[in-house]
Amino acid sequence: MNFAQVVQYAFSGITVGSIYAIVAVGFNIIYNTTGIINFAQGEFLIIGAMTAISVSRIAPLPVAILVAVVVTTALGGLIEFVFIRPVKKASVLRLIIITIGLSILIREAMLHIWDEQVRSLPYFTGTAVSSLTILGAHISPQVLWVLGASAVIVAALTLFFRYTLMGRAMRACADDSMAARLCGVNDRWMVTLSFMLSAGIGALAGCVISPVTQTQYDMGAPLAIKGFTVAIVGGLGNSMGAVAAGLFLGLLEALVVSQFAAAYKDVVAIIVLLLILVFRPSGLFTRGDVSALRTA
Amino acid sequence: MRLRTYYPVIAGMALIVLLHVVLRVADATYYMTQITMSAYYALVVIGLCLLMGYAGQISLGHAGFFAIGGYTSAVMTTYNLSPWSDSSWVGGLDSLGLLVRWEDLYGTEILSFSPWVAFGTAILLTGIIALIIGMPVIRLKGHYLAMATLGFGLIVYRVALGTPILGRADGISNVPPFRFIDGLQVNGRAPFRVQNYYIAWTAVIVAMVLSLNLVRSRVGRALRSIHENEEAAHSLGVNTYRYKLGTFILSALFAAMGGVLLTHYNGSIGPSEVTVMKSVRYVAIVAVGGMANLWGALIMGILLNFLSLRGVFGTFDDAVFGGILIAMMLFAPQGLLRVPELRAFSALLSRRSHG
Repeated sequence: MNFAQVVQYAFSGITVGSIYAIVAVGFNIIYNTTGIINFAQGEFLIIGAMTAISVSRIAPLPVAILVAVVVTTALGGLIEFVFIRPVKKASVLRLIIITIGLSILIREAMLHIWDEQVRSLPYFTGTAVSSLTILGAHISPQVLWVLGASAVIVAALTLFFRYTLMGRAMRACADDSMAARLCGVNDRWMVTLSFMLSAGIGALAGCVISPVTQTQYDMGAPLAIKGFTVAIVGGLGNSMGAVAAGLFLGLLEALVVSQFAAAYKDVVAIIVLLLILVFRPSGLFTRGDVSALRTA
Repeated sequence: MRLRTYYPVIAGMALIVLLHVVLRVADATYYMTQITMSAYYALVVIGLCLLMGYAGQISLGHAGFFAIGGYTSAVMTTYNLSPWSDSSWVGGLDSLGLLVRWEDLYGTEILSFSPWVAFGTAILLTGIIALIIGMPVIRLKGHYLAMATLGFGLIVYRVALGTPILGRADGISNVPPFRFIDGLQVNGRAPFRVQNYYIAWTAVIVAMVLSLNLVRSRVGRALRSIHENEEAAHSLGVNTYRYKLGTFILSALFAAMGGVLLTHYNGSIGPSEVTVMKSVRYVAIVAVGGMANLWGALIMGILLNFLSLRGVFGTFDDAVFGGILIAMMLFAPQGLLRVPELRAFSALLSRRSHG
């Protein structure tokens, strides 16, 4: 393998990894405010991409993406309001099963709306064959869009959670929802907001990756598994950890694909997940109390 | 051991015979094929009910165990050893009576392992894999356990899809019938319909009696205490880890048994048996049955699988099971049989199943 090929694989790994990182960030937002894992996270990406593809037939691309993000955000809020909010005193098992059921329903609904056809958004700049040459490797301009969008999303979220009142209120709820409520934070609304935020980010990510990965109704679940792996490896709730872990998993997969059959790349990712779950459930980058996380 | 526990079992047997008579009179014996298949799926559900309802541990990978059983048996009974028939090890296996000669659909003579050997190997292999997977995984809780078992199921799916000897996307077809003794065999062809109806129900009844005894025993009480409050159970001296692991393995074995028998019955197995959706479907059925309710799990396992196999749900098949999951968790987390309107009926069953 020569240098250009290494760069080529590295770029593909970084691209895939940054997609995983965005999915993981979506998991983290909801986990941070509610303590549950939303198994339907992957479906948000596909809904976003599919909506944008449909709207892009009658409207310019930026408008289509905006509509997709707004629609998916609203859907995220609706889902929380209808399915999560009414469940009082819920056990984790019950909430997990509800989100699993939701992911199936959303997927089946998409199957009936958009059938089984593989679709994709047009390339944001250039075409499918245009490429830039970086260090001898050929890179599609869309890859730069993916990397840029991931960076902007993570940076914007970090600023949002750190410096805005609403972001701080959400963090407060995650920390201690009773104390937050006593300080006048509407914790119910914060949960709804976290679903909306995570759905909107998912939709945006789905649109950006659609030209590269194509979009099909059942692609959400595999993305969710990878995103969850990344969220766990990075430490649940830790966005910067998720980025690092996303790049790690993406590069690892690129390495596997370059050396073995592509069919086994998912197996490698899942084995990483299992190993981390067994040996370091608090993630690679945190020094949390292991037993505390296991009982979370 | 009180005889009263077995009243529902005896009533169930009578119902099974009655159903046969009704189908016979109505000239609708073709329904028996789907009932037989549902019964094998019900084996998975009964095992999962022990794990989810009594030990309180979720598994999103039980289709994986079903497939390990089914695929092992399918490979061993279809892989043709004839090219090596001169070698000493094949000759040795043959002289031990572990191999059988049979003709496939095209009249080719095939020398393969006998279904009994394949069955034994499948069960043993599943047990070992369940032990290896279970040891680390069963220590996890909540989402971690759910995702880890989901991951296990996905690995089995990917391996089935990517391995040439497992037939990749096509799966394995042309699996021979499983002959117990002359004239009694697991075989999906029409002339064997009635005997297979009873073979499948026998397997289900054995599994039910085993499970009912288990949950009424010391083990069952230990499991329920773990479900209620694991720390409390632990502090009272219940070895929670060992009980959870044991239940995990037992439920995996039930699933593998269903996998082996259904594979011989259908004459084939494919990757569609290992999808995440299959595993989720088993979870949905246990949830509708009422989690810690073996009779509920059995009834729902037969009913929902039968409807699904008859194609009643059409293109909404998966959506129905997703919808069931959500509806049960939102409105009736104790199961359909515990809904007030149905309580009179369920009291009869649940009292017995709890002893």
